Amino acid sequence: MHDGIVLDQVELTLGTAGFLFDCGIESGAITAIAGPSGAGKSTLLNLIAGFEQPRSGRLVIAGSEHTRRHPAERPISLVFQDHNLFAHLDIFTNVALGVSPSMRLTAADRANVDDALTRVGLGGFGRRMPGSLSGGERQRAAFARALVRRRPVLLLDEPFASLDPDLRVQMAKLLVDLHQETGNTVVIVTHDRDEIRRVADRVLVVEQGRIARHLRKAEFFDRTEPSAAGM
Amino acid sequence: MVQTIAERRRSLGAGIAALLAVALFVGTAVATLLLWDGDQSASRLFSAYTWRILQFTLWQATLSTLLSVLFAIPVALSLTRRPEFPGRVWIVRLMALPMGLPALVGALGLVGIWGRQGIVNGGLAAIGLEQPVSIYGLTGILLAHTFFNIPLAVRLLLAALERQPAEYWLLSAGLGMRPLSVFRFVEWPALRRVIPGVAGLIFMLCATSFTLVLVLGGGPAATTLEVAIYQALRFDFDPPRAIALAFLQIALTGAIIGLIALLPAATDTVRAAGRKIRRFDGQTANTRLWDAAIVAAAVFFIAAPLASVLAAGLRADLVKLVTGSLFLRAAATSLSIAIAAGMIAVSASLAIVSARQAIAALPARSRPMRLLSTSLAGTSSLVLLVPPVVLGTGWFLVLRPFGDVGLFAPYLVALINALMALPFVMRVLEPALDEHTRQISRLAASLGMTGWPKWRLVDLPVLLRPMLTALSFAMALSLGDLGAVALFGSSDLITLPWLVYSTLSSYRTNDADGLALILGFVCLALTILGTAGDKENENA
Repeated sequence: MHDGIVLDQVELTLGTAGFLFDCGIESGAITAIAGPSGAGKSTLLNLIAGFEQPRSGRLVIAGSEHTRRHPAERPISLVFQDHNLFAHLDIFTNVALGVSPSMRLTAADRANVDDALTRVGLGGFGRRMPGSLSGGERQRAAFARALVRRRPVLLLDEPFASLDPDLRVQMAKLLVDLHQETGNTVVIVTHDRDEIRRVADRVLVVEQGRIARHLRKAEFFDRTEPSAAGM
Repeated sequence: MVQTIAERRRSLGAGIAALLAVALFVGTAVATLLLWDGDQSASRLFSAYTWRILQFTLWQATLSTLLSVLFAIPVALSLTRRPEFPGRVWIVRLMALPMGLPALVGALGLVGIWGRQGIVNGGLAAIGLEQPVSIYGLTGILLAHTFFNIPLAVRLLLAALERQPAEYWLLSAGLGMRPLSVFRFVEWPALRRVIPGVAGLIFMLCATSFTLVLVLGGGPAATTLEVAIYQALRFDFDPPRAIALAFLQIALTGAIIGLIALLPAATDTVRAAGRKIRRFDGQTANTRLWDAAIVAAAVFFIAAPLASVLAAGLRADLVKLVTGSLFLRAAATSLSIAIAAGMIAVSASLAIVSARQAIAALPARSRPMRLLSTSLAGTSSLVLLVPPVVLGTGWFLVLRPFGDVGLFAPYLVALINALMALPFVMRVLEPALDEHTRQISRLAASLGMTGWPKWRLVDLPVLLRPMLTALSFAMALSLGDLGAVALFGSSDLITLPWLVYSTLSSYRTNDADGLALILGFVCLALTILGTAGDKENENA
């Protein structure tokens, strides 16, 4: 049995769009989900996160079935493109909510949160409010929260799309570093070819609600036709 | 914005004219009150009587505000927690109805439900209780104020909750927050920011409420300043007392407006873009049951009086009513006043907004220009400071030496109604005009379009819709208003609300119900027309 993520004939209809996903996502690797807009990249991510319920099929994460589980019960951390932080709560609280959603923290938990902040380069930022941080710093804080949650799977929905190109390179490096430290399974939705080159081990190309191709990075870049690039 | 000098001069001229007209109208009323027999009024200012009325005004407004906000919070939370269920859109729309309903009609509906013969007391009597709910006095005033303001608060709070990024709800679900944590970290912070503004607005509405207190309060024990002014003039003809009370009223509204200005404003606009809100918390049977109960209670509270107006109205002989000569006269009067008031309010708003735009477009703004811009912005608030009854009192005293006040009354009522509508009309027109100018001013200037051709070809086609929206809103306000007409109503000046009120006072309840249904229907239709334009603000 696979200990990554398995979507077994997962079917779903949203409005008039039909989706059918049947694939495995390798454990401990970074898998990029690429494909044209509206093809179903985010829907695939939402299915894994539990924000969409499949009509039929099975979803297995790390060896146990999660098809009907509530999002909170899945072994998953999430990073969106924007609004990853509650704007009215300071950075420390935002990260610490990943440890305890009711903010019951032990001294060790607090130390962990501070460590995670330091690890992503936000040491001493705990008392700052999200509004006073740059876009890149806010995404770093979201990474810190994913770190303290210690979930085996990290899902990212275009996490660097609102950042400028230089920052994207830095953030991609941070993502890869954190991945190598924790050995987690990372699934990242992106439409940026360079980003795939920087971070991904494997690429899932989604087209028209289906998995069109599942490739190693090298294979993905060997195919030169623009449609495979998901631009 | 790019303007020729002639255009700028025209805009500024019209704006200054509107500003002066409003200032003159309000100023004359206030100055007359100030100059009228000052000594006698001053001695009346702090009598035990005025003190008691001021106390009651504040007390009922405080209670009304607390109750409205406290009950609105769970309703807004439940509605946000269930972003999709059949009929939700209609519940949110129902919450918008009381705003367009004339206060008098709402009061009649409330009497139908909570009054002596109403279904609530009927039900209580059936289970052996001795009619404990009284619709008159403080209870009645509180019921009426909550009926009108809970829906308002629900809409504003709901909008605040829905303005939260959709990611917040996904994150809180992903982090595994329990309902208490969701409330503490997501819902309450959103509510906390707007509750002061919402409470301030409701307090202001309740402290200056006239019709509801007139109909449901009454008696020295349950009278607010506005109603006391009316009684002082209309029944006791005691101008010094009316003037003393009017000053208390101005001081009170001034203080409230000052306080509200310090609070963040609440709006019912919802982000147009962004993800659709989806909730994954609160899926247990208990929360579902709670949400269903809360929403059902709110729907009953709001819909029952409306249904009662409908049911009672249909029992009246509507055909005979609408063909009666008194009704036809009242309808004609009301309509003329409403059209006049609406046109005045819309023209004044256009002038004020254009002048502000002209000033904003100046390359360098001198001090007087900045001051002018601020005054223009403050014009519409002037009306809030000096309530209709006070304006009416002032002008009543101005015109009395010139003969029968009844002769001037329709014009006065139209002007007062126009002023009352001004803040609402500005709220519709200002954003529309600003957006329009932002889009076309460079293009129109580069094509050399000015004056009448520009207005006809570029401005009017775009602005007609918001103008009609504002007009119908202002007309609904004027048609349903009893406050301005109450001082002047007589056999010479009968408007529809006045006809309902006098029919009610002469205990022809059945006719009053029928008239109220017609009036309520017309006003709601106009309000719906008036709000249909801003689809993007819809909470649906």
